[in-house]
Amino acid sequence: MRFLNRSAGRLSRHRRGPLAGLVVLLLGLLMTGGLYAALSPAQAEEAQTDAELVAKGKELFLVGCSFCHGRNAEGVLTQNGNQLGPSLVGVGAAAVDFQVETGRMPMVRPGTQNPPKPEAYDDEETAALAAYVASLGPGPAIPAESDYSIDGLSGEEREAAITRGGQIFLTNCTACHNFAGAGGALPRGRWAPSLQGVSEKHIYEALLTGPSQMPVFSNGNLSPEEKRDVIAYLKSLEEQPSYGGFTLGQLGPVSEGAAAWLLGMGTMVGFAVWIAAHTTRTSKKKVDA
Amino acid sequence: MSVDTSKVATTNATTPATGAKKPGRGGVVANWADERLGLGGLMKKNLRKVFPDHWSFMLGEVALWSFVVLLLSGVFLTLWFNPSMGEIEYQGSYDQLRDIPMSEAMASTLHISFDVRGGLLMRQIHHWAAMLFIAAMFVHLMRVFFTGAHRKPRELNWVIGSLLLLLGSLEGFTGYSLPDDLLSGTGVRAADGFMKSMPVVGTYMSFFLFGGEFPGESIIPRLYIVHVLLIPGLLLALIAAHMLLLVYHKHTQWPGPGRTEQNVVGFPMLPVYMAKAGGFFFIVFGVTALMGALLSINPVWKYGPYDPSKVTAGSQPDWYMGWPDGALRIMPGWESSFWGTTWSWNVFFPIIVLPGLMFTILLLLPFIESWITGDKREHHLLQRPRNAPTRTAVMVALMTFIGALWAAGGNDILAIKLHLSINQITYFMRAFVFVGPVLAFIITRRWCISLQRKDNQDLLHGFETGVILRSPEGGYTERHAPLPSSRQYTLTARDRGTVDAEAPGPDPSGLAPKQGRLSGLRRRLNTMWYADDVAKPTREELEEAHHHAEHEHELQAPLDGHAADGHQFDGHHAVEGEELRPRH
Repeated sequence: MRFLNRSAGRLSRHRRGPLAGLVVLLLGLLMTGGLYAALSPAQAEEAQTDAELVAKGKELFLVGCSFCHGRNAEGVLTQNGNQLGPSLVGVGAAAVDFQVETGRMPMVRPGTQNPPKPEAYDDEETAALAAYVASLGPGPAIPAESDYSIDGLSGEEREAAITRGGQIFLTNCTACHNFAGAGGALPRGRWAPSLQGVSEKHIYEALLTGPSQMPVFSNGNLSPEEKRDVIAYLKSLEEQPSYGGFTLGQLGPVSEGAAAWLLGMGTMVGFAVWIAAHTTRTSKKKVDA
Repeated sequence: MSVDTSKVATTNATTPATGAKKPGRGGVVANWADERLGLGGLMKKNLRKVFPDHWSFMLGEVALWSFVVLLLSGVFLTLWFNPSMGEIEYQGSYDQLRDIPMSEAMASTLHISFDVRGGLLMRQIHHWAAMLFIAAMFVHLMRVFFTGAHRKPRELNWVIGSLLLLLGSLEGFTGYSLPDDLLSGTGVRAADGFMKSMPVVGTYMSFFLFGGEFPGESIIPRLYIVHVLLIPGLLLALIAAHMLLLVYHKHTQWPGPGRTEQNVVGFPMLPVYMAKAGGFFFIVFGVTALMGALLSINPVWKYGPYDPSKVTAGSQPDWYMGWPDGALRIMPGWESSFWGTTWSWNVFFPIIVLPGLMFTILLLLPFIESWITGDKREHHLLQRPRNAPTRTAVMVALMTFIGALWAAGGNDILAIKLHLSINQITYFMRAFVFVGPVLAFIITRRWCISLQRKDNQDLLHGFETGVILRSPEGGYTERHAPLPSSRQYTLTARDRGTVDAEAPGPDPSGLAPKQGRLSGLRRRLNTMWYADDVAKPTREELEEAHHHAEHEHELQAPLDGHAADGHQFDGHHAVEGEELRPRH
């Protein structure tokens, strides 16, 4: 292979192998081609998919949602001026993801409050709907796992996050959701649902978008880290053992009072009847006296 | 001059005449103690004291034994509880609250719960026993009233019992306020508001109790000393008085053969009731220990330390304070402003006036009843609830009133668990607290009267045997058999009609002529009290009924032992002596 680079070879025989130039050239070509293949065409294709997703989402929207939310998600008013379905422009992908994945949307019927139920769309359809609504106007995006997970923190930071989250939770959330996140009553038949067993992502989305009666906890109000900490606290409650025994629904003194009367007094009266039924004259074999 | 009696026979010849047996070791000790304390006479009399047996007589005992459990578990808790509002940073085992500033009371409660061996169990036993203590007092109170055990001579014991109920509730409130967690702090905050709703003196009282503006630094230490010294001392003294009066009056008993107003039929204290009551103590301790071990109560670590800026959904008092809370929840928001001050009737009426009024009614119940009925005789035989329809109905009406308010106190939990609107529950309860007791009164009263009729029917016509007879004409009748005579005695062991000492002549106390109007009211109430009461059958009616029954049996006698289906006339049997219709 001397013919390729004869003079150079002589000058630096001990520095470079004879094929180095060729290898560098090939590597350069490969990298250029590979990078181009990896980046440029992929981006082009993704853009294509995004547009497709939005189109698919719009299709699904027109079938499943437009009756109440309008054909362009502009909202629909009833004849007497009430909202049939609000405008979805600017609610963001997070709102769609929360409402559809928890089964709240599509709604079964208008009522005091929209309860969660098994979800009606699969993950891909939900993503399409979210993409379509997100394309209507800027709004909160679906949070990434790194937003609500404390897995990346050190042990000490994690404990601090949970403690901080507990205080934020007790200050901002317990008034409606109860001290253990078991839920509580709101006026006129509405309620704050239980937070037990709700996924991290959905809690985060609810904080961002404020579904139903819930206020929006914007990032200016509760920073993303604080939202994450609240979620971490709730999950720590779910993971910790039930120190005192059966929790009786964690509803506070009402369920405790019910247990005291039904279980406690019930047992006591039962024993009283039992003791009184067994006098000194009573035995298994009844003696005729 | 001494007579040597050692040779005198101690028996009358069935056993050898020897000297008295040497007392055993226990006897020596007992003798030593008796010679110095003189307890022998007292014990001799009271250890053989007779108590009647019935399950409902043991309800008060549940309260007594729960109180003992409370004393034992409470002493354990005082060893670690630190009743101070000084602020420290929590550094105990519970991760979620580490480094959080809180009062020493809260921190020591967490310490007891997580770092003292058996501490959480003891806390939960103490709390469950408190809930049961007051529940048992309530049930005992209802039993006493329903059976007429509050009548003379036991009115003062009723008053003592009512005071025990009041003090027990206050003891409970001071107790669950001590941990200084979010829930108890909310309760103390509410109590501060209640006090301040009192016109004129309210704010002064609040500042006096809290040592300044709420929350201050004094309330927990003050509640603590009330909880561990003042009220338990009063409770102990009143319980002792309650029991002494019980021994002095002797226990009431159900009527029955051999049971009169002058005797008590039952078993002696030793050994029967020692065993029964002692055993029942261990059962009560066992049940509270099981509840403490298995059922979580007041998880203070989840509530976190009290902070006036926080509150949790489902903030309720413990159950016995629930009914005034319910009254507060359903009360319309009435307020007035006079001379630049706000008068909060919406708080003052339901929380200050109503419980005071209800407690006064409770205290006076025996006196009101004896005033209306004019019955000033001693009673040691109990009445079945049906035999005092108006009294039973009054108690059921009161229970309905308290129960409705109690339910209203849990309106938020009812709303979420039954999928109702909290507003609708509130509107419903506003009407129901007035309508419900009236309905309950009418229904209970008529129910009792019907049961009285049923008793009379059983007495006059016997009970239904379930034996169906067919007459030759084809009609069906059920045979009635007379009740056993002991049952008949029990059913008829009650007063007939009114026992109004005043009705005929002038009032022996001489008050009636002076208080004409009140006396008229009393007479009207007396008439209403006994209206529609069914009197027990008279001797003549009973004899007539028995005669009638014997006659019926005579008529039916020829049919006895024969198949009543007519098959004896099917041509396969000899029918001499068989008659279609008995002759008479």
